[in-house]
Amino acid sequence: MKLIYEQSQEGRRASSLPPNDLPVPEIPAKLRRERPPRLPEVAEPELVRHFTKLSTRTFGIDTGFYPLGSCTMKHNPRVNERVVNLPGFRDLHPLQEEEAAQGALELMWRLQEILAEIAGLPAVSLQPAAGSQGELTGLMLMRAYFADRGEDEARRKIVIPDTAHGTNPASVTMGGYELTPVQTDPRGDIDVEDLRGKVDESTAGLMLTNPSTLGLFDENIEEITRIFHEAGALMYYDGANLNAVCGISRPGDMGFDIVHFNLHKTFSQPHGGGGPGGGPIAVRDRLEPFLPVPAVVRDGEAFRLDYDRPKSIGKVRGFCGPFGVFVRSYAYIRSYGPGLREMSEVAVLNANYLLARLKGAYELPFDRLCMHEFVLSARRLKREHGITALDVAKRLMDYDFHPPTIYFPLIVAEALMIEPTETEPKEILDEFADAMLEIARDAAERPDLLKEAPHDRSVRRVDEVKAVRRAVVRYLFEDHPDLSAEPSAARELEAQKGA
Amino acid sequence: MSFLSLTGRDRDEMLATIGVDSIDELFREIPEAVRFRGELELEPALSEPELVAHLEALAARNVDTGRELSFLGAGIYDHYVPAVVDAVLQRGEFLTAYTPYQPEMSQGVLQAIFEYQTAICELTGMDVSNASGYDGTTVAADACYVAKHVTGRTRVVLAETLSPQVRQVVKTYAPGFGLDVVEVPHRDGVIDPDELAAVAQGAACVIFQQPNFFGCLEPAPDLAAAANDSGALPIAHVDPVSLGVLEAPGEYGCALAIGEGQGAGNYQSYGGPHYGFIAARSDYVRRMPGRIVGETTDVEGRRAYVLTLQTREQHIRREKATSNITTNQTLLALAGLVHLSWLGPQGLREQGETCMALAAYAKERLGLPLLFPVQTTFKEFAIRAGRPAEEAIRAAREQGVHPGYALKHDYAGMEDALLVCVTEKRTQADIDRLAEVLAA
Repeated sequence: MKLIYEQSQEGRRASSLPPNDLPVPEIPAKLRRERPPRLPEVAEPELVRHFTKLSTRTFGIDTGFYPLGSCTMKHNPRVNERVVNLPGFRDLHPLQEEEAAQGALELMWRLQEILAEIAGLPAVSLQPAAGSQGELTGLMLMRAYFADRGEDEARRKIVIPDTAHGTNPASVTMGGYELTPVQTDPRGDIDVEDLRGKVDESTAGLMLTNPSTLGLFDENIEEITRIFHEAGALMYYDGANLNAVCGISRPGDMGFDIVHFNLHKTFSQPHGGGGPGGGPIAVRDRLEPFLPVPAVVRDGEAFRLDYDRPKSIGKVRGFCGPFGVFVRSYAYIRSYGPGLREMSEVAVLNANYLLARLKGAYELPFDRLCMHEFVLSARRLKREHGITALDVAKRLMDYDFHPPTIYFPLIVAEALMIEPTETEPKEILDEFADAMLEIARDAAERPDLLKEAPHDRSVRRVDEVKAVRRAVVRYLFEDHPDLSAEPSAARELEAQKGA
Repeated sequence: MSFLSLTGRDRDEMLATIGVDSIDELFREIPEAVRFRGELELEPALSEPELVAHLEALAARNVDTGRELSFLGAGIYDHYVPAVVDAVLQRGEFLTAYTPYQPEMSQGVLQAIFEYQTAICELTGMDVSNASGYDGTTVAADACYVAKHVTGRTRVVLAETLSPQVRQVVKTYAPGFGLDVVEVPHRDGVIDPDELAAVAQGAACVIFQQPNFFGCLEPAPDLAAAANDSGALPIAHVDPVSLGVLEAPGEYGCALAIGEGQGAGNYQSYGGPHYGFIAARSDYVRRMPGRIVGETTDVEGRRAYVLTLQTREQHIRREKATSNITTNQTLLALAGLVHLSWLGPQGLREQGETCMALAAYAKERLGLPLLFPVQTTFKEFAIRAGRPAEEAIRAAREQGVHPGYALKHDYAGMEDALLVCVTEKRTQADIDRLAEVLAA
């Protein structure tokens, strides 16, 4: 399919703008643009057709089942799109005077209160733009908290289990901390004995996803909390998997001091092909003075922004954060009300049902009840038939399912990480399970069918090695290379890994 | 609940297949001490009509730019967003997809990101753009992190004429990055290249804004040269709307170009979500944060797109990654691409010229002293209202006009200063009305 730049014809345009009959001030020659940017030159019909065609080559939740583990691909209610586009939200300037933005401030304040209740912690900042920024903000809070106590120089280490998302260690480095990895025990929980030897007065805190990326609730959470709190360290909760436990177990009650939410996962912000997200954080009282500014506060009947927080870490994002994300997630939670726990109950029910149907055909590294997701392994298929998790994933596309997350978490060989979410009906779960079982049979009987999959997408398997080697990351117009003329390194495709 | 499909019978069958008696039993591995046995104290559930009414009531308590004649800018702008942007963004396939980890399922969004990267490179004169950053503030912090690793230096220099929001965010990130932040004061509304050259000695990077926060045109090529001479990476924070008329940072020696994309295709939305862009010379591609889409082929030789150069990223490199960013702002960046495709090169130039012409008209028409009368400005300019800024704002708002942003929030000695912004959505009549109100 052609790029939009390849459809350009000089002189075509889609835009119409108010005519200007005023003189245009002269721009000093060395600041003036001489060569115009080569933006697309297309009329509106081609523009609409181009992007519509691109959309049909994209698979979303609206298209079909999307059990991408760890990403909580649940239905996005359309009413959320309606309310976020109300002019009073959509066309509100972030520097509007507070008395003229009371509705926005009230919505943020209400969302803060709701998230505090769900977290079981008293204070919330909505500002971080995504989960990973929430993590980094949490680490900044730890640093500010310990600096305030004169312990910042001593406490340099953050403990992270080997099942953690890559964002956790990356955030540790960006936050200026050192990483202390801790192992997983044979049941899939944190190895408490390994942990004990690694937590002392040089430890700033723990970053933990609970339930973990294995989809397992850590049964030793009370002991883990005790170890950290006795060492004077803090507990950080990565809320990536909060969809399992809303109203069922609260991070604050588990002993966590700082929690981030992924609004785009748990509270149904559309994922938009990669974003936007929202990563609000909730904290205990003793960390509240350090939260980002401005805070949204209530004074009687009025709401205002409070910048007077002398111990604050500062700002982590512009203005008050991704407001439109707040509108959608607020609407989503208000649709559930106090019955929010049913969301998590059904997410866990759906996951356990799929697990029950699949665990005979695929290996289950930790044979327990799962929470909202579970991790299977294709290592037996690989050993016996040369079929990898990647092959299984690609074959699922032929059934019109989006594949699960693969090759993660890293401690499970040939991992297939499946998260159905609560919004899928039983029929879809059954169709998916039937497909997975058939694929497992075909792995033995018709392995080439899997190795050559997918068969009917807009492209066949993609040569990632060539992409890296050639590093063509923008259209180069008359100098654009024809990569189809270069041989594809098909053998090297074996090495490619997703997610 | 309308978002859930399971019937009572479904549930019973599923529980039987699992081999448990109740949903509660599924949670038996959660220790009792950390089970939450109450009911969440949340307000009662709302049906869809009730929900819409509730949110309409909240929205009605905001004064948006449709209800007030607004000259607010200062980083977020009331530019026109064409209908095609709304139409494309509401395509469910784009709206409800996630990061295209599986290229065969996601060629459409991958190609769109590739086209977006191309648009950003064309605007900025750079070789590589990522798929988006959170906003115009965090991309500045990202750029500092790139500069630290490229140069091995730990001091970053920020122009005082760089947006206060951007500077605040860089300062928040700096301790974790191990960076010191130094600011260069403005001289009559812009940065002096000689003064910058002295401060930039031994620095990792210099970030300046073009047009700057006051709307003034910086001597950008001289600032970039001053940074380059000192071995610091010059980084320009630019407004995409200006890049039809103002020179591309790549043409005057910048190492990176960053900015807030909102003005190109996103609504104001009380500050977000929007997209930040970050683009660089090819030398720095392996230090770039976030997703990058590259072109390749499939096994049959067909053109295809894929997430590439992933050994920079957190899911592969973990603690050695160039950034922790995962979820980005693809949907908003897509809006940017559609918007820029709608404008085309000619439309972008016209829009820039119209903003500039209207702003020049406003400067004359208001008849109030300019803070920086000798400087050329783009779509914003600073005036002295002749009385405390908040008073001027209050009086004007009582007449349905928001006259601009009070610079006293961020700069000393600017008690009566207003930053006035004029986009192509304002008319001469609107400006006449502003003049009337401010003169009263």
